[in-house]
Amino acid sequence: MGYKVSFAEVNKIFDQLKDEYEIWAPKRFAGKGRYSDTDIIKYDKVNTVEEIEFNEKSDYPAKEVLSPITQSLFYFTEDEYRESKCTSKKLLIFMRPCDINAQHHQEKIYLQNGGFADMYYQRMNEKVKIVMMECTEGWDTCFCVSMGSNKAEDYAMAVRVGDGELSVDVKDEAFAPLFAEAAASDFKPEFIEKNQIELEIPEIPNKEVLTKLKNHPMWNEYNKRCISCGSCTVACSTCTCFTTTDVIYNENTNVGERKRTTASCQIEGFTDMAGGHTFRRTAGERMRYKVLHKFHDYKARFKDYHMCVGCGRCTSRCPEFISITATVRKMAKAIDEIIAEENS
Amino acid sequence: MNNIIKPVPCKILDIKKETELEWTFKVATDIKPTHGQFLQLSLPKIGEAPISVSAYGDGWVDFTIRAVGKVTDVIFQLQPGDTMFLRGAYGKGWPVDQFKGKHMVVITGGTGLAPVRSMLNKFFEEDYAASVTLISGFKNSAGIVFKNELEAWKDKFTTFYTLDSEEKEGWNTGFVTEYVSKVDWASFGDNYEVVIVGPPPMMKFTGIECVKNGVPEDKIWVSFERKMSCAVGKCGHCRIDEVYVCLDGPVFNYTTAKYLVD
Repeated sequence: MGYKVSFAEVNKIFDQLKDEYEIWAPKRFAGKGRYSDTDIIKYDKVNTVEEIEFNEKSDYPAKEVLSPITQSLFYFTEDEYRESKCTSKKLLIFMRPCDINAQHHQEKIYLQNGGFADMYYQRMNEKVKIVMMECTEGWDTCFCVSMGSNKAEDYAMAVRVGDGELSVDVKDEAFAPLFAEAAASDFKPEFIEKNQIELEIPEIPNKEVLTKLKNHPMWNEYNKRCISCGSCTVACSTCTCFTTTDVIYNENTNVGERKRTTASCQIEGFTDMAGGHTFRRTAGERMRYKVLHKFHDYKARFKDYHMCVGCGRCTSRCPEFISITATVRKMAKAIDEIIAEENS
Repeated sequence: MNNIIKPVPCKILDIKKETELEWTFKVATDIKPTHGQFLQLSLPKIGEAPISVSAYGDGWVDFTIRAVGKVTDVIFQLQPGDTMFLRGAYGKGWPVDQFKGKHMVVITGGTGLAPVRSMLNKFFEEDYAASVTLISGFKNSAGIVFKNELEAWKDKFTTFYTLDSEEKEGWNTGFVTEYVSKVDWASFGDNYEVVIVGPPPMMKFTGIECVKNGVPEDKIWVSFERKMSCAVGKCGHCRIDEVYVCLDGPVFNYTTAKYLVD
């Protein structure tokens, strides 16, 4: 069913939902950007619809709601330990189609890979209801259409923002009573059909070509350009890697906790083992590892789609202006070279 | 909801010093690993580390641990009767069924002997393999682990024990790669398999040396070691290409392993 509701009515609905739900959405933090006088847009709990940033892509992805940058896993007290608890409420999350599609990648790693389901992700994931934010224009770094993630159907509600009002498509009947007094509308969300950027993902035909691609000089460029800061992976909608660390509380060394913190394969030390062994010592090798994961390795393992939804956040966040789409095009050229050489 | 990363407290039964830096911890547990698998050892407030099983039996597991990291340094301060935390066992171990009745060539570098120790003892006790040739190398005499077993195995196995650069009575000198050509490959016919475990460069060059000696790649098996935070395919640290060492390894056939570039 479709409805049209004013912001005032939306806020009343939010008030009714709050007993049962936390409402999460992209929110603008004025002056909190990395350069002076710039803002940051990231996910946070909202109380009113006016807090939601509808008109600009969030700098950081929706994944942070379910798998925060840092979270506690266990609390230790002397010889005992207990699992951390999570919110008792359900989660209503406003997301664009790219972020909704990225949830499938997150689920694949956290809940399916190796037949193991991660309890910390699962208990959050089970609470989620999605409000899809219609996205028909995109931005200059977006290439969701090329990745097939411009559309999403698995949402409870979809919204289009207008002037002080929302058009709402209610798919999950559980939410219908909230709109009992709202004006009906024939709203159905639309999806972007063409981005400013179009990207063709090259096929890597066999292991021999893959090995040659790994050793191709194209990656050397990133030894100079990439500063291994990890901004791309933190901003990535699909990256899931983390490191587990134990901490002791300063005031009482008998008490501490085990934490999970977002990790980046782009940062030196990601593979460091006790005893001194390490792999991928250069920025170029680490870039190669990330790009091949996104556009080859993940699909080679799970067989269905690449580990990228084309949100373009990695490109937007890179302080060295490294574009993921330009990198993939360079990779396509390198693959063509390798195949041509093999055939000659 | 089942928490797969929840470690279980287990009592340390015994500690045996193999070398100054490598000790074997016998821990009471009902976990039943297979040969070549590993467990996550966990010390609350310190951290977790993946450690391979060096022996196991009814109600106990052995870990041979080198004190080189944050977790292992603290493990060395523990005493019999103290508690350490475990979860696992994880990964795919040696394809022992496939080794039955075969001539086995096992080549190890340093503590790389630990992940094959339980399997070697099975071969020793059960006459499970047609024959066993063991090439074991260590950096120096101070680094030799499982001394009693190395001595006992000589009775049934063809052995080449070597130290990288030190001379020692009853021991060869040089890298394990130098002994690959001394294996009596011709007598095995087609009925053999090769197991290689050690530091990454040792495994790489030993693999190449075996292939040079005419060993088909699919008869070679290696065991990898990588950094891991979770051991259940979530944290991403051990991934190489489409492979997760914690899930698909640590044991790999050489036909897969040779393509795995970190």
